[in-house]
Amino acid sequence: MFRRIRALTVKEFLALLKDQRSRMVVFIPPILQLLVFGYAATFDLNRIPFAVYNEDAGQAARELVARFAASPHFRPVATLRQEAEITPLVDAKRVLLVLHIGPTFSRELLGGRSGPVQVIVDGRNSNTAAILLNYVNTIVAAFDTDWQQRAGGPAALAHLETRAWFNPNLLSRWFIVPGIVGLLTLVVTTLVTALSVAREREQGTFDQLLVTPFRPGEILLGKALPGFLIGFFEASLIILIAVFWFQVPLRGSLLTLYVGLFCFVLSTVGMGLMISSLAVTQQQGLLGAFLFLVPSILLSGFATPIANMPAWVQQITYLNPMRYFLVILRGVFLQGTPFDLLVGQFWPMAIIGFVNLGLAGYLFRHRLY
Amino acid sequence: MSPARDQQSPVAPPSRGGGGMRLRGLIRKEFYQILRDPSSIAIAFLLPIVLLLIFGYGVSLDAEHVPIALVVEQPSADTASFTSGFHRSRYFEPVYLRDLREAEAALLDRRVSAIVHLRADFARRLRQTGGAPVQVIVNGVDANTGQLILGYVQGVWQKWLQRQALDRGDALALPVRLEARVWFNSELRSRNFLVPGLIAIIMTLIGALLTALVMAREWERGTMEALLVTPVTMREVLVGKLVPYFLLGTGGMALSVAMGTWLFGVPLRGSLWVLFAAASLFLLAALGMGLLISTVTKNQFVAGQVAILATFLPAFILSGFIFDIGSMPAVVQGITHVLAARYFVAILQTVFLAGNVWSVVLPNALALAGMAAFFLGVSRRKLRKRLE
Repeated sequence: MFRRIRALTVKEFLALLKDQRSRMVVFIPPILQLLVFGYAATFDLNRIPFAVYNEDAGQAARELVARFAASPHFRPVATLRQEAEITPLVDAKRVLLVLHIGPTFSRELLGGRSGPVQVIVDGRNSNTAAILLNYVNTIVAAFDTDWQQRAGGPAALAHLETRAWFNPNLLSRWFIVPGIVGLLTLVVTTLVTALSVAREREQGTFDQLLVTPFRPGEILLGKALPGFLIGFFEASLIILIAVFWFQVPLRGSLLTLYVGLFCFVLSTVGMGLMISSLAVTQQQGLLGAFLFLVPSILLSGFATPIANMPAWVQQITYLNPMRYFLVILRGVFLQGTPFDLLVGQFWPMAIIGFVNLGLAGYLFRHRLY
Repeated sequence: MSPARDQQSPVAPPSRGGGGMRLRGLIRKEFYQILRDPSSIAIAFLLPIVLLLIFGYGVSLDAEHVPIALVVEQPSADTASFTSGFHRSRYFEPVYLRDLREAEAALLDRRVSAIVHLRADFARRLRQTGGAPVQVIVNGVDANTGQLILGYVQGVWQKWLQRQALDRGDALALPVRLEARVWFNSELRSRNFLVPGLIAIIMTLIGALLTALVMAREWERGTMEALLVTPVTMREVLVGKLVPYFLLGTGGMALSVAMGTWLFGVPLRGSLWVLFAAASLFLLAALGMGLLISTVTKNQFVAGQVAILATFLPAFILSGFIFDIGSMPAVVQGITHVLAARYFVAILQTVFLAGNVWSVVLPNALALAGMAAFFLGVSRRKLRKRLE
């Protein structure tokens, strides 16, 4: 039996890797994508272009503007002379923020009153706008505190001492790069498996396979193993790059990570084969792969937190293997979460995997076309 | 075959009517093929519906009702006035925990996302110079949410300071009276920017998926060779493949825009015509990319894999759909320029939320037109009436 499974696996590997283009497609793009996405996928904003419309010649206003210009998050690109200049600049996306200081600002401050400052933010990307407003508030709060102290007024009653655990500088790269490990593993394993049965169906070789003495279980194993091995190999490579190139701390145990990886690859290979054995043509297989891939990435918590979704969508995410794997990845990488706290994430993936593999094996013989 | 036959064949000059008839025939054949295997129709209509429903209802970057642990070591009137701000805020769902250790355990297994800790001497140190420290700990694993939470906590703290100042009759609350105005999306509804971006993702998928396999399929099944011996020119083959899928894609676009505006209430401030002109250019570029993949690989399996890799993830991450392009490193920003989705996202977000801003629409539309011409031109060149 082992010999037969080995023969099948070898044949699958040959089908996958003998074509040079196919070989390239499986191995090169994931690595390139990790490098590009690792740098691209960040919510941290740097050097945001902003314009200053300062109607006040006073010193306080100058100081406030200087604080914005000195921040690494902002980059002054224009100084405006009149209000009418604001709209075309913002409309054309030349600036994302306009800092407008009224003519009485410094006078009010020196008189011990509040001075008006208006900020205009481009809300077309509402997430960027929200983060931007946060930065603005932080800068203004620091200005307030310093001004009050110098004015000899009462110091603030209380102050915040903030700390972020596991990620002291709140780098979003530390959050995103472990996620990319899951993302690319998902894409690669789906890619390898989702078209494999469909291709044989379309070319008619699957019928030949079915009349051989192979049992469906053996065919299933032979089809699943290549996806499994390639998924494992690439995930390991990506984890190495994440740790040594992107310097994301790996605080937990590798064993925990790999148990998670095993369950995850099991579930995605199962999904891929199920889609593939349902499809009659490769076009259908490709469509199925996308209908699976896209929601499972969007609803995984990769970029947008699951906690922000409405309750009924959160229920749906429990069917998504990627959801569990992301918890494991981020837990093991950043928090060093121990094995026993992650058991609840392992078994749902394993169940999803076995159910789908079973369905795929059943469909081998029972799908009519 | 001589290269000459590749061009408009001089050997037997076809009449215009003949060319038109051949083209009609090809288009009709392609339509039959679409109808016979409904997965193309599913790509054009089912995919947008499923994705828009999931996204429109499901995905949001707005953190609300964040579970937060309040640890008050010695409750008093002062601590109560401070913590009341968290109850009032729609961003927080506070729970009181007895001591810091319990709160830290809750933070570890993510039952809460942040801890606000008021020490026993809070009330006493309020009245001393230097003020009382308030310790705030966030779980930094999700850095973006962590950042937002810190901002919200700061907001609660500032409001409390102002209330205290008012109570004591101090005129000066804070030196700067900040008035923030968010243009185009005053409530910062993330759905308003996600839905237009999502339409770009959907159109990328539709465009590339529809066409990525069609040429490769003809080669793989041997029907391309049958086509080669007919008087059909390669340009006719290309146009014959393009027209049906262009119509399907336009249908998908119309459906997406209708759902976005009517179901999800995303404002459409620009004109529908600009939107569809841009969509047509984008669709030509996307279909052209699919045809190029298909023509170059001549193998459905490889074409499918390339389509998966080259379309969805790059459009998702590099188009400015979620992640701000301006904050990416220069090299990566350079890479984003070869993605059609990037230009389309910029046009969509502007036309939906800001209106017909020509200074945004025109350069991006021009880039799309350039890409469409490039992909279709290269496909045309690669598509030779020749066997290998």
